[in-house]
Amino acid sequence: MAYDKFEVLTSTAYPLPIENVDTDQIIPARFLKATERKGFGDNFFRDWRYDSEGNPIADFPLNDPKYAGSKILVGGKNFGSGSSREHAAWSVYDFGLRCVISSFFADIFRNNCLNIGVLPVQVSPEFAQKLFDAIEADPKTEIKVDLPNQTVILLATGESESFDINGYKKSNMLNGFDDIDYLQNMKEEIASFGETRPF
Amino acid sequence: MSKTLFDKVWDSHVVRKIEDGPDVFFIDRHFIHEVTSPVAFVGLKSRGIGVMYPEKTFATADHNTPTWNQHLPVADPLSANQLEALATNAAKYGISHWGLGHRNNGIVHIVGPENGITLPGSTIVCGDSHTSTHGAFGAIAFGIGTSEVEMVLSTQCIMQPKPKKMRINVNGKLGFGVTPKDVALYIISKQTTSGATGYFVEYAGDVFEDMTMEGRMTVCNLSIEMGARGGMIAPDEKTFEYIKGRKHTPKGADWDKAMEYWQTLYTEEGAEFDAEFTYDAADIEPMITYGTNPGMGMGVTQSIPKAEDVEGGVETYKKSLGYMKFNEGDDMIGKKVDYVFLGSCTNGRIEDFRAFCSIIKGRKKADNITAWLVPGSHKVVDQIKEEGLDKILEEAGFVLREPGCSACLAMNDDKVPAGKLAVSTSNRNFEGRQGPGSRTLLASPLVAAATAIEGVVTDPRTILEDSSVQ
Repeated sequence: MAYDKFEVLTSTAYPLPIENVDTDQIIPARFLKATERKGFGDNFFRDWRYDSEGNPIADFPLNDPKYAGSKILVGGKNFGSGSSREHAAWSVYDFGLRCVISSFFADIFRNNCLNIGVLPVQVSPEFAQKLFDAIEADPKTEIKVDLPNQTVILLATGESESFDINGYKKSNMLNGFDDIDYLQNMKEEIASFGETRPF
Repeated sequence: MSKTLFDKVWDSHVVRKIEDGPDVFFIDRHFIHEVTSPVAFVGLKSRGIGVMYPEKTFATADHNTPTWNQHLPVADPLSANQLEALATNAAKYGISHWGLGHRNNGIVHIVGPENGITLPGSTIVCGDSHTSTHGAFGAIAFGIGTSEVEMVLSTQCIMQPKPKKMRINVNGKLGFGVTPKDVALYIISKQTTSGATGYFVEYAGDVFEDMTMEGRMTVCNLSIEMGARGGMIAPDEKTFEYIKGRKHTPKGADWDKAMEYWQTLYTEEGAEFDAEFTYDAADIEPMITYGTNPGMGMGVTQSIPKAEDVEGGVETYKKSLGYMKFNEGDDMIGKKVDYVFLGSCTNGRIEDFRAFCSIIKGRKKADNITAWLVPGSHKVVDQIKEEGLDKILEEAGFVLREPGCSACLAMNDDKVPAGKLAVSTSNRNFEGRQGPGSRTLLASPLVAAATAIEGVVTDPRTILEDSSVQ
């Protein structure tokens, strides 16, 4: 599915300094029953955002007005572990985020994000801590994520760090293309390869 | 250069290598189910493209399905809608479909091997992280997202960078009452929930060679819980014996040809891994988890570690114990339990029911326990009946349910209520995994059975009278 191009994003950020956030927290299983890709933002972190009566939990960062409208989430180490559900990435996007920063991502979650136009930015644990500290000191602190130059910059101090992304995925993100667009152009090559498979 | 098992299978499936990008990777078998496929079919429709190899795609309904009264219409309209979408899409594109009520229906990772769809040296994907199960047969199998489901439907390929390689050796003989589930939980507790992220794991050593195919599936199934893309075990005579004669397995001359290939699937002497770990079977005891990820596990007789003794953030650790309503230093043995769940793609196979019955035979279920015993497929149900295990269960006060994923992820009605404590043979103990507010302890079928009998967390070795269940 095509998505908006990603080039440079400057935004405040939601801080979530918790390790091993799994996809069951990002989107609980009971909200996976849709047959279309819409409405997942409402249930993004459902059980951490709302109590059992459905009232917002005030001190959870995603409910905190001082971070409202941020396009970036800074998460703890090993963000997105667990299930392969792409619904987790959809809920990130649908909630209004375009970038997740963490010192470590789970593989499938990272792939899912890249496939739908959410940029996962892996930084060092030290830089992640700098981001958390800066956000805590000033919730309006802005982070600039520059995909063409592969850098993430803490604007208040000018501190920056570069991040890795493979060239193919970078090009896709910059152009709003996805893998299926690429694969459609090599159907004949795939079909010839398929002929050689024994079963 | 010497090649690993993983190299051999991976390299033979690369259609094209993209410079500074992923490999275009060919998929031999694609499993789909009702939860992660509907949006992929919407994508196909909106792009105006079809399914490239419907005969390489297999659909089964499992995540949402009830485990009771499956002959009646599904009550939850949203679940019914997803099941209907799977049936409609399968029919529209000519994909075989084992819906609710079909003889072959069951959990995708159980019915695949049962029907001979899972073959050595093949590549298998599914929109479910526990696809790693199929690695037990020497296949490269891993979970994918819905965009990738759409990709595989339309082109039979996905785009993946080749993962790094890890080998995990476990040598020696497993002790009394120690099962494949314990081996897996032990490894995950050592690796943590992210230790194998970025890697594909090969399991090697006496313990896996001695293990049944069911046990190997349990181990490979849990590879994802330490972050690995998947796990695999080199195929051997036991593997070939298991798959021979099954519905979709090659027959006659095709079988002979396949065997020639399959016998080349092993890691050569001198082949290199990016990481390697070796554990001793004698160090493994029956395991149990105490926290909110599968890496937070320990021997069932041990006490919960202190925050300062574990890796990772102290606040995160305390949050986890707070959710579980446990304290640092607590013993797990003797904790009162409310629910016991036997089932899931981890432990819903015949061997798991045999193990459970070995403990409960001649005993009675504790009154405080609600037990959900959910076979992984109709074939497992048939085997349970053939072997008379259903009678043992019944006499001990248990009721056998109908196949499905059930309380593993609680998308159907089998939800553990908020605050209640469950001992589960499934794969995840995340917050709310088995229902909002539920608390899960992961364990083997033996620990689950001992707990179901005693009503509290129990070491099965105190109940087992002999080692015949090994």
